[in-house]
Amino acid sequence: MSIEIKAPSFPESISEGTVATWYKQPGDAVSRDELIVDIETDKVVLEIVAPANGSISNVFKTEGDTVLSGEVIAEFSAGAAIDSVEHKTKATTPASQQSNPSAVTRVATMASFASPAAHKLIKENHLDSAMITGSGKAGRITKEDVLTAIAKQSEVEAKKSAVVPPAGQAGVSLNAGRPEQRVAMTRLRSTIAKRLLEAQQNAAMLTTYSEVNMQPIIELRNSYKVDFAAQHDGVKLGFMSFFVKAATEALKRFPAVNASIDGQDIVYHGYQDIGVAVSTDRGLVVPVLRNAQGMSLANIEIAISHYAEKARAGKLAIEDMTGGTFTLSNGGVFGSLLSTPILNPPQTAILGMHKIQERPVAVEGKVVIQAMMYLALSYDHRMIDGREAVQFLDTIKDLLEDPTRILLQI
Amino acid sequence: MTQKYDVLVIGAGPAGYVAAIRAAQLGLNTACIDKWLGNDGKPSLGGTCLNVGCIPSKALLDSSHKYDEAKKGFKGHGISVGDVNIDVPAMLKRKALIIKKLTTGIKGLFKANGVTNLAGSARIVAAQQIEFVDLEGNTEIIAADNIIIATGSVPIDIPVAPVNGDTIVDNAGALAFEAVPEKVGVIGAGVIGLELGSVWSRLGSQVVILEALDDFLPMVDQQIAKDAQKSFKKQKLDIRLSARVTGSQVCGDQVQVHYTDANGEQEITFDKLIVAVGRKPYTDNLFDDTLGVRFDARGFIEVDEQCRTDVANIFAIGDVVRGPMLAHKGSEEGVMVAELIAGQFAQLNYDLIPSVIYTHPEIAWVGKTEQQLSAEGVEYNVGTFPFAAIGRAQAANETTGMVKILADKTSDRVLGVHIFGASAGDLTQQGVIAMEFGSSAQDLGMMVFAHPTVSEAVHEAALAVNGHALHIPNK
Repeated sequence: MSIEIKAPSFPESISEGTVATWYKQPGDAVSRDELIVDIETDKVVLEIVAPANGSISNVFKTEGDTVLSGEVIAEFSAGAAIDSVEHKTKATTPASQQSNPSAVTRVATMASFASPAAHKLIKENHLDSAMITGSGKAGRITKEDVLTAIAKQSEVEAKKSAVVPPAGQAGVSLNAGRPEQRVAMTRLRSTIAKRLLEAQQNAAMLTTYSEVNMQPIIELRNSYKVDFAAQHDGVKLGFMSFFVKAATEALKRFPAVNASIDGQDIVYHGYQDIGVAVSTDRGLVVPVLRNAQGMSLANIEIAISHYAEKARAGKLAIEDMTGGTFTLSNGGVFGSLLSTPILNPPQTAILGMHKIQERPVAVEGKVVIQAMMYLALSYDHRMIDGREAVQFLDTIKDLLEDPTRILLQI
Repeated sequence: MTQKYDVLVIGAGPAGYVAAIRAAQLGLNTACIDKWLGNDGKPSLGGTCLNVGCIPSKALLDSSHKYDEAKKGFKGHGISVGDVNIDVPAMLKRKALIIKKLTTGIKGLFKANGVTNLAGSARIVAAQQIEFVDLEGNTEIIAADNIIIATGSVPIDIPVAPVNGDTIVDNAGALAFEAVPEKVGVIGAGVIGLELGSVWSRLGSQVVILEALDDFLPMVDQQIAKDAQKSFKKQKLDIRLSARVTGSQVCGDQVQVHYTDANGEQEITFDKLIVAVGRKPYTDNLFDDTLGVRFDARGFIEVDEQCRTDVANIFAIGDVVRGPMLAHKGSEEGVMVAELIAGQFAQLNYDLIPSVIYTHPEIAWVGKTEQQLSAEGVEYNVGTFPFAAIGRAQAANETTGMVKILADKTSDRVLGVHIFGASAGDLTQQGVIAMEFGSSAQDLGMMVFAHPTVSEAVHEAALAVNGHALHIPNK
């Protein structure tokens, strides 16, 4: 699968950038989110990370070249680095253009070269050799490396959610009629507490509000929910997928809202990883939908329900929850009409969704009853100015009130 | 009575018996059918390799080499021996004993692994059925989920010199002369011809090898082949190239051979004539064309790269299919097929199958020859190193030959290892291992090789690839 690597949409005042440093060469095995190139602009250095596991197949802009906002700078080949056999063997081992597929497909660059036994294990376990770190000479993958990868895989699957609450120290103080119970905070809860506090203390956090007429989406759902479930193996068409889609579309237009602060740097992400807050018995967890901009509605629904299940079972892994460029938080499920969500650092914005409630609304001089939802966008004012925040929120509102806009990306 | 197996192997040569053992190791209910009878008329496992090929020829090569050493080599060490004689029956007896030990060994391995050993012949009558005829002539139908054909090969016979088992023989006969013939002719200067010719030459025969091709050992790296040719000439092996046999006549206990060469028609008389012009796949009476198993243009059973025939669940391995006709290639194909049947991923690396010619010095190689790389337009570097510059070789009076390593010019990846010298066969395995791991010449040059060993020649040749061998001046 070929993915275009583009320079990100530059913030308003920036028209062009320069390719500063290529950290990865065509053919190098690259993991998802690994830094591949830096693009320098007047104001900031933008990092571009790999959109998936695989390797760069073609570079169109070399170091020092000028790039425009959104310009394609390279082509990325997702999947095992060794799949693009012809290209690899031309680059590194011109002699081995052999009739025998086994010898050739084992060799790409030394970094993904697997020994005979390692190759057999990789094939039998349907692994991606690009994901395995080779500990052999010059990065070759040994049998041991593959065994380790297999063990790690099953460990991750078996791992419970990151923090297991230790047994609390319960104590009941005897005070007739006014009982008290002291319980130590679970690790999860204390981590959540710490991060929330941090977010509030470090960010100049503000919240701006809007309201959305959910009627169009409700009607769309009612019209198509049966067909949707039939087409997508029983997956239900919910609201979240629309919100995720609207969010990713709006984030593309307002990169600052999708960015994070790292020390003195602002990091603009060329992708949208949307965190979806899920409430569990143990507390709030935020699994992340990677590259949500590329996900279909069905896939978003599947991913969310998958995460929700994992979260309820306590099986979310750290990897599921790290990263994320923007978060969606739905207080509406509990009945909240309006609230001020707290930022999920290092993200600079979070969108709160609320209860859909029928209200009388003035439309063209008349009072109509519409299913309305309040939206709350909390944002870090250090990063995002008021105008941007409001325009971003307005964009989301427009997209949701006229879902066709999501399809047309206007 | 119908038996049923998960895997049924036809042929207990190196391909078949290994396939059977591996299948049994993987928990498959396995049977192996073989019809070979030894000189005593009893079943003898191991096929051509153990009975009339690899093993007996090595036994005689070693016996004759020791004889040659005693006669010619000991003096240099200061050892004087009186008259050195060869007792051919005793030599043959030792050979027979070795064969017996090894074929009995296979029987033991079968037993230990639970492989059912059936002595008799097999015919595939349906995709999962064979008709088995035992040594008494009793027939039964045996069902099997998977059938592995490992029926091997037989010598190619040529009408101009029909084998009669007495004066005109094939490899089997050449391993059983009861006395050292005075004059031995060999048709074919390939691996078998050179080896068998060497045996009798060392033991005192005058040996003439007639080769129809213009080139000597065309599949061997030509630099090595030329070096070997010179050495064999010194050993008094009379190898005549471009010599095409046109006819032969048996006169009493001699045979007259007519051949044409560059100079015209020639005639030469031998006491024994060995026909060693190659081998062809053997599938007589194995199946008919209703089965659906195809042959390729050269008469081998057509298989894909995992040794599957056109019929699902029928595989074919070893000399009966394409590829080098080498025991180890057959064995590894046997392992591959057994593992595939057991549901594993298995693929043989056909690019790195080593070859050995057991003359003395030996010739062995793995990977590409220089002439192949040139033809393919691949840019390469060469490193060669003579055994004469190796201390251990000097100490052993085994200074003939060299190690030659070819590496890609850009990546330095080792593409071929070619060795002419004592122990070439064993040394070449180092090349196989290195190449399986994508070794560069530099990698080999950076490893520590024990001193004093002949392996150091591999190390030095690797250094020579990049122009800095230590123990010879670099050009």
